[in-house]
Amino acid sequence: MKMHMVAALNQALDQAMAKDKSVLVMGEDVGVDGGVFRVTEGLYQKYPGRSIDTPLAESAIVGVAVGLALNGMKPICEIQFSGFTYQAFGQIKQHLARFRQRSDGCMTLPMIVRAPCAGGIRALEHHSESPEAFYVHCQGLKVVMPSGPYDAKGLLLASIEDPDPVMFFEPKSIYRAFKEEVPEDYYTIPLGKANLVREGSKLTIVTWGAMLRLVQQTLEANPMDADVIDMRTLAPLDMETVLTSIKKTGRAIVVSEETRAGSMAGDIAARIQEDAIMHLDAPVIRVTSFDIPFPQFALEKYHLPNVKRVQAAIAKVMSY
Amino acid sequence: MVLIRKVIKTFGVEYLQILDEEGTIDESLRPDLTEDRIKEIYHLMVLARMFDEKLFKLQRMGKIGTYAPIKGQEAAQIGTAFAISKDDWTVPTFREFGVYLARGADRVKLVQVWNGDTRAFHGDAKNLPVAIPVGSQALHGVGIAWASKMRGENKVALTYFGDGATSEGDVLEAFNFAGAFGIPVIFVCQDNQWAISTPRKVQTAAETIAQKAIAFGFKGLQVDGNDVLAVYAATKEAVERARKGEPTLLELLTYRMSDHTTSDDASKYRTEADVHAWDSKDPVLRLEKFFRKQGWWTDDYGAWVRSECEKEINDAVEKGLAIPPPPPEDMFSHIFAEMIPDHKRQLEELKAELGDAQ
Repeated sequence: MKMHMVAALNQALDQAMAKDKSVLVMGEDVGVDGGVFRVTEGLYQKYPGRSIDTPLAESAIVGVAVGLALNGMKPICEIQFSGFTYQAFGQIKQHLARFRQRSDGCMTLPMIVRAPCAGGIRALEHHSESPEAFYVHCQGLKVVMPSGPYDAKGLLLASIEDPDPVMFFEPKSIYRAFKEEVPEDYYTIPLGKANLVREGSKLTIVTWGAMLRLVQQTLEANPMDADVIDMRTLAPLDMETVLTSIKKTGRAIVVSEETRAGSMAGDIAARIQEDAIMHLDAPVIRVTSFDIPFPQFALEKYHLPNVKRVQAAIAKVMSY
Repeated sequence: MVLIRKVIKTFGVEYLQILDEEGTIDESLRPDLTEDRIKEIYHLMVLARMFDEKLFKLQRMGKIGTYAPIKGQEAAQIGTAFAISKDDWTVPTFREFGVYLARGADRVKLVQVWNGDTRAFHGDAKNLPVAIPVGSQALHGVGIAWASKMRGENKVALTYFGDGATSEGDVLEAFNFAGAFGIPVIFVCQDNQWAISTPRKVQTAAETIAQKAIAFGFKGLQVDGNDVLAVYAATKEAVERARKGEPTLLELLTYRMSDHTTSDDASKYRTEADVHAWDSKDPVLRLEKFFRKQGWWTDDYGAWVRSECEKEINDAVEKGLAIPPPPPEDMFSHIFAEMIPDHKRQLEELKAELGDAQ
């Protein structure tokens, strides 16, 4: 059935809750209201007591979920916008990422923090950021970002099955931007494995989240013989797929919605030169947002990567 | 006449003391504990006092890492932990050595833990490992107790923190959450008067910490935290309330008789006189005074307890310090359920580095 990403995520949550009674959904407005983006719609009615409206306190949502997970539950926290995960940063960095290590593997946290992320919907301040690198840098977390409805369902179900904590970021600009065929059946897509979306021979384009669509739009406008890799998971990072491609193409750009300094785009570029410099014919170019706090929405279209910026990077990397 | 300005609610805060400083008991409040049980408590308190002194000395000798002493807080820690059952949970901070002792934690592993070896946490399923970020663990206690309630298990979580932690947002968020959902959690605030060098009065203008519970819709109680019978009785009552779905905040008035940690020098910010003012309230001595009044005390009994504790401590220290440190590759063993490719690579890097060194 064709559906958009919100419906695919909703179906994943529904199937996970039907399958495992310890799975709970908790967060601000996730119950009666079904979440501000409607991802949890209907779960409150279908699973009484398991889709829980919490007090408005992000640190408490994650910290209490840590306790629930320590005592046998599988909480799926929704933080209303990724820009508000910082209120819970202490709990995420100090506890979510560390309990397995601290307890020598005795106490584990099979739980998820979901949050809509990234820009493109003319939202208010703090509603449009791309914080994936913060959470990769926490170490001890898995960090996932789907690029469309099919992946969203499979990756979310894999995250729920995963025995370790997962930060699951949902690019909200593609929540309802397009529909894809999504199987009704329960299925998972493995974490830590990138997806070679399209095969080519002259260039490797590494991307994830909503930027996959931008890359595809760029290639539709300006066809190019390129491998396109959707990372799907930022931690663990599947560099094997990236390096295999680069050994074939010799050129790479990384397209990400993050700001540039200290970004995953930078990390991937660094790892390409560390492990494949003899295969490179050109420097690796990062296409990102600018190194400023996300601007108010009147200017966001200039901040976010666009077709022109991706095109310019391709031209540059091909000019060597 | 319609009153448009009136008092709509008034509140009070209870204080509980059962044994006074002279060891005299208020019989009307005496908890349901036999002589043997109270002697068990005394034994644990002496063990805690002596073990604490030993660990402090071991750090000074460079044999273990930084240690946070509990001297003066034995009644607060043993009295609370003694009042719950094995299947209940504890959520301790870094200054809860006495709680671990009372919960029956392996003595050898306690030495190992304070020597920086996480392998010692094995088998301690209902007692969380030491939480360092102040107050952050209060939320975990709420979640643990909530999961028990959801499954109808009737288990409680004793969640520890100090007076300083009550300034932390996480503690207040934990209070709020527990009140809003009726969670069977017991918040144990050991009001030991000091957060490193910052005195209690700097943390809050509130006259008591117990009263903070009122704002969140549940009971707060101030207890003489150096009176182990009062601590025990208050915890028992809190457990009863918890089983009915009501959280409790216990403010246990006590005093940190030692430094913040072995890295601290409390003489920089407080006087000897400040500390000595609490000598007469000492929780261990108070119980001894009570025993004398009950006719339970003999010098032989006192000496026997001390010698039993000494044997237990020496045995644990000897065995604990003899445990070799974990192999370096252990660093990567318990980050994820399954080792990720990057960790495998980095482990190889480490092995190569270690190979070079040999």
